Amino acid sequence: MMRALSRLLIAMPTLFVLVTLAFFMMRAAPGGPFDGERSLAPEIEAAIASQYHLDESLIRQYARYLVDLSRGDLGPSFQYEGYRVTELIATGLPVSALVGGLALGLALILGVLIGVVAAQRRNHLIDHILMTLSALGVCIPAFVIAPLMILAFAVTLGWLPAGGWNEGQWRDVLLPVIALALPQLAYVARLTRTAMVDVLQAPYILAARAKGLPGRWVLLRHALRPALIPVLSYLGPAAAALITGSVVIEQIFSIPGLGRYFVQAALNRDYTLVLGVVLVYGALIVVFNFVVDVLYGVLDPRVRAA
Amino acid sequence: MRARYFRIYSFAVLFALGVCPGAAAQSLRVGNGPEVETLDPQRARSVSAFNILRDLYEALIRVGADGELIPGAAEGWEVSGDGLIYRFHLRADARWSNGDAVTADDFVAGMRRTLLPATGSSFAQMLTPIRGAAAIIRGELQPEALGVRALSPLELEIQLDAPAPQLLGVLTQAATYPIHRPSLQRYGADFARAGRLIGNGAYALDAWVMQSHVSLRRNPYYWDAKDVGIDAVTYYPTEDINSEYKRYRAGELDVTYEVPPVQIAQIRRERAAELHVAPYLGVYYYGLNLTRAPFSGNPKLRQALSMAIDRKLIVDKVLNGLALPAYGWVPPGVTGYPPQQPVWAQLSREQQLAEARRLFAESGYGPRHPLELEIRFNTHESHQRVATVIAAMWKQTLGVTTRLVNEEFKVFINHRKQRRLTQVFRSVWIADYNDPSSFTDILYSSHGQNDTGWSSPAYDARIDAAREQPVLRTPMLQAAERLIFDEVPVIPIYFYVSKHLVQSRVIGWRDNVLDYHYTRDLRLEAHAPTEPGS
Repeated sequence: MMRALSRLLIAMPTLFVLVTLAFFMMRAAPGGPFDGERSLAPEIEAAIASQYHLDESLIRQYARYLVDLSRGDLGPSFQYEGYRVTELIATGLPVSALVGGLALGLALILGVLIGVVAAQRRNHLIDHILMTLSALGVCIPAFVIAPLMILAFAVTLGWLPAGGWNEGQWRDVLLPVIALALPQLAYVARLTRTAMVDVLQAPYILAARAKGLPGRWVLLRHALRPALIPVLSYLGPAAAALITGSVVIEQIFSIPGLGRYFVQAALNRDYTLVLGVVLVYGALIVVFNFVVDVLYGVLDPRVRAA
Repeated sequence: MRARYFRIYSFAVLFALGVCPGAAAQSLRVGNGPEVETLDPQRARSVSAFNILRDLYEALIRVGADGELIPGAAEGWEVSGDGLIYRFHLRADARWSNGDAVTADDFVAGMRRTLLPATGSSFAQMLTPIRGAAAIIRGELQPEALGVRALSPLELEIQLDAPAPQLLGVLTQAATYPIHRPSLQRYGADFARAGRLIGNGAYALDAWVMQSHVSLRRNPYYWDAKDVGIDAVTYYPTEDINSEYKRYRAGELDVTYEVPPVQIAQIRRERAAELHVAPYLGVYYYGLNLTRAPFSGNPKLRQALSMAIDRKLIVDKVLNGLALPAYGWVPPGVTGYPPQQPVWAQLSREQQLAEARRLFAESGYGPRHPLELEIRFNTHESHQRVATVIAAMWKQTLGVTTRLVNEEFKVFINHRKQRRLTQVFRSVWIADYNDPSSFTDILYSSHGQNDTGWSSPAYDARIDAAREQPVLRTPMLQAAERLIFDEVPVIPIYFYVSKHLVQSRVIGWRDNVLDYHYTRDLRLEAHAPTEPGS
């Protein structure tokens, strides 16, 4: 528990360093938010620069950003005029969180289930089929699988929409969630199987079996918990993978989530929006790692004691 | 346990099914490219934003379905004999979307706002033919000094310093839209949001969900509301061209923003009646940096490089026929301006190549003095393909070794403007209005868009003469264009075409060179949208 708490304490400086690095790296990139094919009159360019304080020194702009940040204001978006970054994140984050959360849930539940079944039937046909499928799932990237799914279920069969978002009805959510979850699901399945196979050979499982406990009871009560620890360790990277995956998935399915802003904002040099999204993603990953730490304690008594 | 979860899941699915609404029959669904940056008419800068703004606002003049200029918020106008004073008569029944009357002062306020540097309009320079406009941009005059005034609530006068026949075209643009002054006063620059934006167009803003859709509904106060056929229109941001096509095929879009070039053969086969490809006022060209070697002071080299490019092959093979070969500078289709080509464009390909080799040798390069070049472009598959083919043509015909440098867009634009690194750079120009000056102006020596550094007193003199003597305008602009053929500061490669897929239920879609399509000119067939999978 102390470990988890200390992690949470380290999180603040981590996020501060993250924001600082992102701020200066964005500014180091050539080109500005208002550069485009069309040149502006110098006077207009100057007026815009002064409006967004781009004419001030970098250090001053940085200080201004930090002061605003401490007040919970992420500044105005440079690309979407008249919108605050806070507002854009407030509309995009719930959408991404819904898709990402469902995808993570699906990956965990199905992944663990498949892993357990495969481990239990080790070296049987079903194990080979499941593991081949999961190997494919890990290998095939989302930008390949997602368009194929749209082609099959939206264009050819017409069961589900090809894209768009009508306040997150299940029809809009289904395909993106599956596409986003598939690689993680496959990975979780493989992790669970490997861990489960090891655990099932451990002496205490043999002892439990020897005591005559029913097979399912041994599996769920004694084997599953320790077998889940590698899966748990994978949750941190999985969260990061879901975030980067959402960038692609949201684009392909035209979902108004945060991921779509991430790349576009960097390309548009929408400084404030990039920083805002980086900050949110950073905080998400920190929180995720914190939750994982707490769960370690729940699953493994040795961690609790430490 | 498992069974219980299954029951919960099934219930959730059934519940969601129950609340899923069907598609609205009288609603047009349009793919609209990148998300719009703003719906503020004086600050908007993207094609996507202008597409929506044409429905939300009405300018003095608008563009008809075939690209012709027709009365908009003004029902008529007169031009003084010397071409310096324009007087517009506004419609007495023109109303804002909240019912307020549209007055001449609203137009005055709109144009003044465009010119005020603090507004940050990308199109302020478009208004410089109007008296005082240039000085207002420079901050030397107050916006009140602009030569646009309201003679009465329904009469507007615009004064120019010199005749400018392109003015009527300029007055169709968002930079000249009126502004609802009470909203601007109340919300400041943040008025362009759903629930705040008051427009005078055929449609009013209903909702804008960032990255999801912008939906408009019919403006009941619009002066011609009875002739508006479609009740509602929704614009969807469609950044990914392939995703857009899939949504179109699934029957979720009525009109696409683009057509994926890779699938064009299949589209031509299967959806010929829905495919709309038409000339568009835009040119894709290579600019040559004339401020440094090897192009400065070497027009023969520039001509040779231009002649060595087989534009027809690029259009047919690289662009799958979705463009027109460009030899001249002003695209065909500009009203009142006959298209021109350099003389060599009439030669056979063999003769062109022979001429290119001759000029190249005369320019001082050859096997003994080989030329190494660099083509710089922003990272994009299509630019890469065009550059690769052109590099191959230069190698084959002239023995030039070309290095391809791709850069991220903003980096590229920065380098292009600085003129320190560039030699050959990719560029594009899309007309703001249907007039040859929209193209000829950008090579004027002091024009902000002239990244070639070409500074030709003879060219500038012709452009000035065209401005000052309306009778000689077309011949003078043509003479200026011919000078581009001789001097080759730019190598035109292809002219753009507009390309859309339009479902058969949309009636009244007409292709035009500006690619403007007002929803009020369209109708929807009564029956349901195309079934998915058809």
